[in-house]
Amino acid sequence: MRTPSQPPVSLPGGGRRRLVRSLIVVACILYVGVLLLLPLVGIVYTALEPGWSKVVETFSRPDVQHAFFLTGVITVITVLVTTFFGVITAWVLVRQRFVGKSFLNALVDLPFALSPVTVGLAAVILFGFGGWLEPFFDARGIQVIFAVPSMVLVTIFICIPFTIREVVPVLEEIGKDEEDASRTLGASILQTWRKVTLPNIRWGILYGVALTIARSIGEIGAVLIVSGLIKGKTETATLFIFTAIEERQEAEAYIVALTLAAVSIVLLVGIETARHRIEGRKVRT
Amino acid sequence: MSTPIAVEQLTKRFGSFEAVRDVSFTAPGGAITALLGPSGSGKSTVLRMIAGLENPNEGRIWLGDVELTPKSVQERRVGFVFQHYALFRHMTVAQNVEFGLAVRKQARSDRKARVDELLELVQLTHFAKRYPDQLSGGQRQRVALARALAPRPEVLLLDEPFGALDAKVRQDLRQWLDELHRELGVTSLLVTHDQEEALELANQIVVMHEGRVQQVGSPSEIYDDPRTPFVAGFVGSANVLHGVVDDGHVHLGALRVPGAGHLEEGSTATAFVRPHDVRVTPKGANGHGPDGAPLAIGRVERISSLGWLARLTIRLDGDGSHTLVAHVPQSDLAGASEGDLVSVDLRNPKAFDQGEATVGE
Repeated sequence: MRTPSQPPVSLPGGGRRRLVRSLIVVACILYVGVLLLLPLVGIVYTALEPGWSKVVETFSRPDVQHAFFLTGVITVITVLVTTFFGVITAWVLVRQRFVGKSFLNALVDLPFALSPVTVGLAAVILFGFGGWLEPFFDARGIQVIFAVPSMVLVTIFICIPFTIREVVPVLEEIGKDEEDASRTLGASILQTWRKVTLPNIRWGILYGVALTIARSIGEIGAVLIVSGLIKGKTETATLFIFTAIEERQEAEAYIVALTLAAVSIVLLVGIETARHRIEGRKVRT
Repeated sequence: MSTPIAVEQLTKRFGSFEAVRDVSFTAPGGAITALLGPSGSGKSTVLRMIAGLENPNEGRIWLGDVELTPKSVQERRVGFVFQHYALFRHMTVAQNVEFGLAVRKQARSDRKARVDELLELVQLTHFAKRYPDQLSGGQRQRVALARALAPRPEVLLLDEPFGALDAKVRQDLRQWLDELHRELGVTSLLVTHDQEEALELANQIVVMHEGRVQQVGSPSEIYDDPRTPFVAGFVGSANVLHGVVDDGHVHLGALRVPGAGHLEEGSTATAFVRPHDVRVTPKGANGHGPDGAPLAIGRVERISSLGWLARLTIRLDGDGSHTLVAHVPQSDLAGASEGDLVSVDLRNPKAFDQGEATVGE
C-alpha cells in the first residue's frame, strides 16, 4: 500500500500499477463505448444513408405522422397521470405512518420486475374478450382492448415507478422541518405544498417526467400485445418501427427509431444542463 | 406580547412508547422558561405539541385564556425556531423572513418595512439577498429567529436553537438572545439539554426526565434545592455518595454526610454534594466540623487547574473505594499538593432515599 509520505515514483512496481490502472480505464471506455455508442452510430448511419429526401418522405407519410401523434397522446396522458399520483404517493410514502407502508413501497417497484409483455397479457386478462372487466366497459360501449385506452393503461402501469423513485429520496433528504416551519408561520397545508414542498422537489419531479417520457415513447412490449396492431389506428411510433422492419422498409424504420432516440437524449441532457445552469447561478450570486 | 402559556396533564404516546406523561406547568408571560432534560426526556415533544406539530393524546394547552388544543398549527400564532434552522433553501434571507407575512396576505409595503426592521434587529441587513446555504450556522439561526418573530407571535418556541452550533458561537448567540428577549419581552419556551444554557437564560426551569416533570422552579431553586435525585444529579455536577442513614447522617466509610434527618434510620440513601461545597483543609488544622464531630480524612490524588479554580480528586481514608471531587479557588489551595492528607467538610448535601434515587437514575 502506498502511504502519503512516500512519493509514488520511488515505489517498486509503481509502473505496473499505473499500467493496470490504465488498462481498467480503457476496458471501461470500450465496454461503455462499444455497447452503447456503436449501436447508436449504426442507427444514425443507416437512417441517414439513403439521404435527406428519404427523411422528408418518411415524415410526410400519413401513417408515420399518425404513429407519432398517437405516441405523443399516450405520452402526455401518461406523464400527467404518473406525475400527479406519483408525487402524492411519494409524499405519502415518506411523510405518513400507516400499516402496509412497506408493502406499498415494494409494490411501487413491481413494474420494474415484470416484463412488459406480462403487463400486456395481464391487461388482456382484464379487458380482453371474456376478461374480468370487459362486461363492465362493453355495457357502456367503451372499447378498451385493441384501442387507445388499454395502450395508455399499460404505459401508465410501466411508468408508475419513475416519478415516485425520483421524488422519494429528495423528500427524504430535505426532511420535514421546512414544512413544519411553514405551518407554524401561518401557511395552510396547500400553501405549504405550493411554496415550500414543490419548489424543493421540482428537480426530482422533472427527472421523473423526463424518464417517464423516455420510457413511454420507447415502450413496445405491452403496447404491442394490447394494441392489436391496427394500422392507422393503434400504431404508435415503436409499433411502426416493428411493422416497418417486417415489411422490409428499413430506412423508414431507422429514421423513426433515430427520432425517438434523439427526443429522449435531448430531454435528459437538456434537464441536466438546465439544472447545472440554474443551481450554479444561485450559488454564484 | 406577554401572554402566559399553560399545559395541563399532557400525555403523548408514539405507539406503545409514552414520550410525555402527565406534564403540567405554566410558562409566565414575558419570561423565558427552559425545558431542561437529557435527550429522550420528552421536552421537544412538549414543545411540538404546544406549536401544534404533534397532537397530545391527553391534556390541554392554554395561551392565556384561550385554549389552543383544538386549533391547527396555522391558527396558533406561535413562533418556532428549529435546531437545524429549517430555513427555506430556495428563498433568500429576506424572502424567508417575509414568508409568515406573505402567507397572511399582509400589504406588500408593510411586509417590506417589517422585514427591514427584523433584519436590522438580527444584524443581517446586508445579507438580505443571500441564500441560506451562503450563511454560517449562527447567521442562519438569526434568520430563523427573525422569520419566527416577523408575524409578531404571542409566544416564541425554541427547540435546541444552539444545539447545532460550536461552543463559541453558541455562547455569543446565547448572550444575544438574552438581550433580544429583554428588548421584546415575548413569552418564550426554550428546549435544551444544556443545563448551563438553561441556568443562564431562563427565568424558570422545568426539568424533565423520561417524559415526566421532575421539578419546576427558578434557576437558583433548581440548582440549590433539587427536589429529586435526578435533578440533583443532572443540574450542575455533584458527588454521588451511597451510604446508610444513622443519626440523621448518611454514612459511608469514615465519611458522615449530614442532612438525612428526614430519612428512615438504617435505610440506604444517596447524598449529592456539589464540588464547590466540598471544603478542604490541611489535616490537623481544623479536625472538627461545626457539630464537633471529627472530619473525614482523605488523600489528594490529583489536582487539575480550571482557571481560577482547582479541581481536586480526593480518595477517602477507610475502605479506599470512595473518591470526592472538590472545586477550590486556587488562592485557597494554600500549597496543598498531590499526595497530601486533608480533612474534608461537606456542605449543603442533599440526601434522598435509595429507592427514590434509583428510580431517578
